[in-house]
Amino acid sequence: MDPIYLDHNATTPVEPEVVDAMQAYFGRRFGNASSVHQFGRDAKVALETAREQIAAFINCEPSELFFTSGGTESDNIAVLGTAFQWQAKKNHIIVGSTEHHAVLEPAEWLHHKHGFGFDKLPVDREGFTSPDSLRQLMTDQTFLVSVMHGNNETGAIQNLTALTEVCRERNVLFHTDAVQSVGKVPVDVKKLGVDLLSLTGHKIYGPKGAGALFVRQGVKITPLFYGGSHEKKRRPGTENVAGIVGLAKALEIAGRRMADDSARLGALTDYFIEAVLARIPHTHLNSPRRNRLPQVANLSFTGAEGESIVLSLDIEGVAVSSGSACTSGATEPSHVLVAMGIDRIVAQGAIRFSLGRSTTKEQIDRVLKVLPPIIERLRAMSPVHPQTQA
Amino acid sequence: MAVRVLVAMSGGVDSSVAALLLKEQGYEVIGAHMKLWDYVEVGGDIHKDGRCCTVDSITDCRFVCDAIGAPFYVLNLSADFREKVIENFVSEYRAGRTPNPCVRCNSEVKWDAFLLKAEQLGCEYIATGHYAIVERGENGRLRIRKGVDGTRDQSYVLWGLSQDALSKTLMPLGMLTKAKVRDLARKHDLRTADKAESREICFVADDNYRRFLSEWEEKHHRRFESGEIVDEAGQVLGTHQGTPFYTIGQRKGLGVSNPKPLYVQKIDVADNRVVVGGEDALYADSLIADSVNWMAADPTAIPEFALVKIRYLHKPAPARLIRLTDSRIHVIFQQKQRAITPGQTVVFYDGDTVLGGGVIRETSAMSAA
Repeated sequence: MDPIYLDHNATTPVEPEVVDAMQAYFGRRFGNASSVHQFGRDAKVALETAREQIAAFINCEPSELFFTSGGTESDNIAVLGTAFQWQAKKNHIIVGSTEHHAVLEPAEWLHHKHGFGFDKLPVDREGFTSPDSLRQLMTDQTFLVSVMHGNNETGAIQNLTALTEVCRERNVLFHTDAVQSVGKVPVDVKKLGVDLLSLTGHKIYGPKGAGALFVRQGVKITPLFYGGSHEKKRRPGTENVAGIVGLAKALEIAGRRMADDSARLGALTDYFIEAVLARIPHTHLNSPRRNRLPQVANLSFTGAEGESIVLSLDIEGVAVSSGSACTSGATEPSHVLVAMGIDRIVAQGAIRFSLGRSTTKEQIDRVLKVLPPIIERLRAMSPVHPQTQA
Repeated sequence: MAVRVLVAMSGGVDSSVAALLLKEQGYEVIGAHMKLWDYVEVGGDIHKDGRCCTVDSITDCRFVCDAIGAPFYVLNLSADFREKVIENFVSEYRAGRTPNPCVRCNSEVKWDAFLLKAEQLGCEYIATGHYAIVERGENGRLRIRKGVDGTRDQSYVLWGLSQDALSKTLMPLGMLTKAKVRDLARKHDLRTADKAESREICFVADDNYRRFLSEWEEKHHRRFESGEIVDEAGQVLGTHQGTPFYTIGQRKGLGVSNPKPLYVQKIDVADNRVVVGGEDALYADSLIADSVNWMAADPTAIPEFALVKIRYLHKPAPARLIRLTDSRIHVIFQQKQRAITPGQTVVFYDGDTVLGGGVIRETSAMSAA
């Protein structure tokens, strides 16, 4: 039987139309966009066209967008680049407690190695934070707040406008990791009010290794790399023209398909959630019911540990992710779910199902067939079986 | 439907071929590597070849599984391993004994946490690349018999397995020689075919257990106290750097000069002393073992005599077995044995078959009485 891929938040297949658009830039149009000759000019035109397209997509100026290798690099430049810029004047960062490690770890590194103050913004049971929480953590030393737009593990979409208003009042920069939300829900940097925004290609049916960072006009960052004048010296290195062309094409397709994809996948995901909750007792929905990326369902099966569920589903040909880092035999629960106040044992049984364009109702029905016996088997062997807990 | 089996893969040629053979026999093979420790934790030479739990070994497992068409997973059992094997290893040395961590690992990790994982994944069996045979004896009990390749006998570290564990275990290499295993690996183009192997303690990467113990204790803000080296009459002959650095029968590295060679006779933790003496005093003909597990032998009817092995490279010697309790036994050898070492494993054989085993607690010279 064909495998079923329900891990689109990890990565997505590249759309054939995107591959077609990229093809020429591996061969015939291979030039270095910095070269003065016709080969270089040709690549440069492709690069700048892509920049304009992507800028239009998130409603910024082309000059406010620069290209990176992807989400992790964009997040690192946003956090570290602003920190080094502000170091002499201010030294306090606030990040969401449910951030991706690409934001959390650079912030922690600044804290441990460079003495920066560092606070995590608390979230509620559904993963949402509030302007009041943000106000409480702010000090006169705060120069950056970084809060993710659409959460990679639960799909919770943060109300950024309410948070960016708080930052604007106090002249504090706001960065958002929008890697999971761009292309799936409308993202407009002006409406959101953000100063920096990370995005990447491979979560939206584009290539791996191509991403971008939006930096609002007037916001200064210290580069992390040196060695060339590419991207206005903010990110030197020969541009990945093929990848960037692919990124632009992927966003163009995403824009075209957004309404349809989101309606269909939202309904299919809701159907899946309801069916699982109805068929498997002691199941918890960790994703919010509203304000959620349409195609994500994070569910916990009390008494069945996440890693074993993932491996068992893989053996049945269903690809999902536990959304938690396995650091020991007793799987370490996800920091996102723990921050949401979810019991550690419940969090250990969390599975992220992330649907995508190729997902069909037939596939979902097959998953609904193979999942219950797996959970039953694991619970029968578990010391924390819900029945024995009661 | 094919029977599902979880193969414990170290990254070496043996477990690679075990997986290959089971696949050929029609099992649904799933490969898994147990991640038991990392170099940050245990120190030593990160580049040493043939080691388990390195990135290279995991990559080798991954390629072998890909080649034979089996899924492959890395299972992180390091918390279990640290608690049940490494910490035990250190505390045994601290208690004046010489532990056998491989035995502990087998019964406490491989045939416990790993077996549980296999059951969670719907596997009926686990399989390993041990050169040993699992079979059912005439008394109905499951047992381990030495593999066909006498030079690779691993039965000595497998005595601790329960009947339940054995009933879920396949050891497909038992009837093969190492040479044949390498041949099979070459024939199937497995990348581990000519890989060097290690037979030392896996987490002591440089085979220097003293270095390991010192670093481990330092990391945990403890250290070993130096003390006196004395002869059997209590006369002080020198200074030791901590009792865990000495093992029964050791001659080298004592730093004591004496007309005739001196050997460690006893580790006296209570008085923090290492007792040394002449070679004759190393011989004893009796030991008491505990943590006894009976395998081929019916626990209610253990044999009166057996061939008894007291360390990995020891030639089994005939002895009388006297049951003290269910888990404790008195072993009296027909002839005195050299350097019976508390903490080491004692295994009872009937020919090639493992009757059972235990852990040596104390030793005594019966015939002198």
